[in-house]
Amino acid sequence: MVTDWFTGDGDDFRLLGTRCSACASVFFPREDGHCRNPACGGGELAEVPLSRRGRVWSYTDSRYRPPSPYVSDPELPWEPYALIAVELESERIVVLGQAVPGITVSDLTVGMEVEVVPGVLGEDAETTWITWHWRPTGVTA
Amino acid sequence: MTADVAVLGAGMHPWGKWGRGFVEYGTAAARAALADAGLEWRDVGSIVGADTVRGGYPGYVAGATFAKALGWQGARVASVYAACASGAQAVNAARAQILSGLADVVLVVGADAAPKGFFRPAGGERHDDPDWLRFRVLGATNPTYFGLYARRRMALYGDTPEDFAQVKVKNAALGALNPYARYRKRVSAEEVAASAVVSDPLRLLDICATSDGGAALVLSSMEFARRHGAADPVRIRAVSTVTPRYPNTVLDLPDIATDSAAAVAPPDETFRASIARAAYEEAGVGPEELSLAEVYDLSTALELQWYEDLGLCGEGEGAKLLREGATALGGRIPVNASGGLASFGEAVPAQAIAQVCELTWQLRGDAGDRQVAGARVGLTANQGLFGHGSAVLAVR
Repeated sequence: MVTDWFTGDGDDFRLLGTRCSACASVFFPREDGHCRNPACGGGELAEVPLSRRGRVWSYTDSRYRPPSPYVSDPELPWEPYALIAVELESERIVVLGQAVPGITVSDLTVGMEVEVVPGVLGEDAETTWITWHWRPTGVTA
Repeated sequence: MTADVAVLGAGMHPWGKWGRGFVEYGTAAARAALADAGLEWRDVGSIVGADTVRGGYPGYVAGATFAKALGWQGARVASVYAACASGAQAVNAARAQILSGLADVVLVVGADAAPKGFFRPAGGERHDDPDWLRFRVLGATNPTYFGLYARRRMALYGDTPEDFAQVKVKNAALGALNPYARYRKRVSAEEVAASAVVSDPLRLLDICATSDGGAALVLSSMEFARRHGAADPVRIRAVSTVTPRYPNTVLDLPDIATDSAAAVAPPDETFRASIARAAYEEAGVGPEELSLAEVYDLSTALELQWYEDLGLCGEGEGAKLLREGATALGGRIPVNASGGLASFGEAVPAQAIAQVCELTWQLRGDAGDRQVAGARVGLTANQGLFGHGSAVLAVR
């Protein structure tokens, strides 16, 4: 669904962005057209893995079922998930993502360290959609 | 500084869930604005429609849609889509026509029949649309973004859910005084606290509803206003319609990530602060001269953010300004004297126009029980999806 936004398994899992060879600006989701820095003459945009760890910029959750195109089974009771906006220090970018299942807003604080891990966005009979999740460091499972 | 344009007429259709088409609301608002201006539709040389994309095909050409409903009379026409800023950009288009001499009198109309529940992206598999992607990949509704901003304020400035609730208490009390508002009942802090959490820390009564509604304005050159016998009309002195500057480092709807500040330092002011500042500069007035402001309170917490972005107080001092009563009716700088989106709900193409209607009535001294005493200068502020925002500054 989202081609080349992440790569790898387990501890090698990384979000993938692009970096401008001329001005070093980083883009996520990846920008493959033109560098969006208005002061940049434009360089090659090369794929670059983003930092695995960052700090919570803010967080919230979704207590009501989001509408389509979010995929969820209407037969099952809605289980809220947390959303975390994470600041990556070296890229100086904030990236939003779902928290790993089981982490609720009561487990989170602004400034807490989290890391990116692979997760399942949803599945049907034919397809399992893989995505990225944020998980507080030190939490396993 | 640019020249003023006159606001000759303002009109609205009451907001609510009426279950009719957007054309009906817009036409009713337009007729009310024309009557208020003392003009016939046939006197109008140009019409600008703020578009809705939820009304089916006619919504894409709202200017002509309203012109047809009012009766074809050959007027110049334009249609403007800019999500929540559509109405302000329609006002801007009308003003540009007047100031350039293309039109003497312009009718601006916006209306919508909003869907129930969450706004959602257009259908289909649209992998290159950021709005579609944030729903599909993250399930991130508009309220989840409001929740992120609210939580960030709590962490940075010590705002509390009780502060947020007081914004609703204030705006509901004002909406109760406004015959055009959808919700006309006072709300207590206890009722806010007892409503369901939508996106932590925000509850149902912290978040604005979706509504049907319509609003319209009749704008003219100052010369036309004088000839028409309006010697001292409300005047629009500035309209800002700005985009962010790279890198925009605040996570905004509908983005999945911010710009990176790794290569270029962020600008000194945030995008949201630049919206009002551009209008202040164009008008040659400062925030200390404002009598009132109408801001997009999509959530209670967001209204506090606007206080700071409008320069009504310093960064992080929004809740303090609220607690002091400065932004209530009778305070130093009343905000959302209309009742705000908290009382109206969102009718996207209409709401920025409705904000200017409220300024018009307030600056004329026609706002009834919610009148801001001695109002002379008013500002509106809003932000549209995908990176643009607008502010309208009006004076009397």
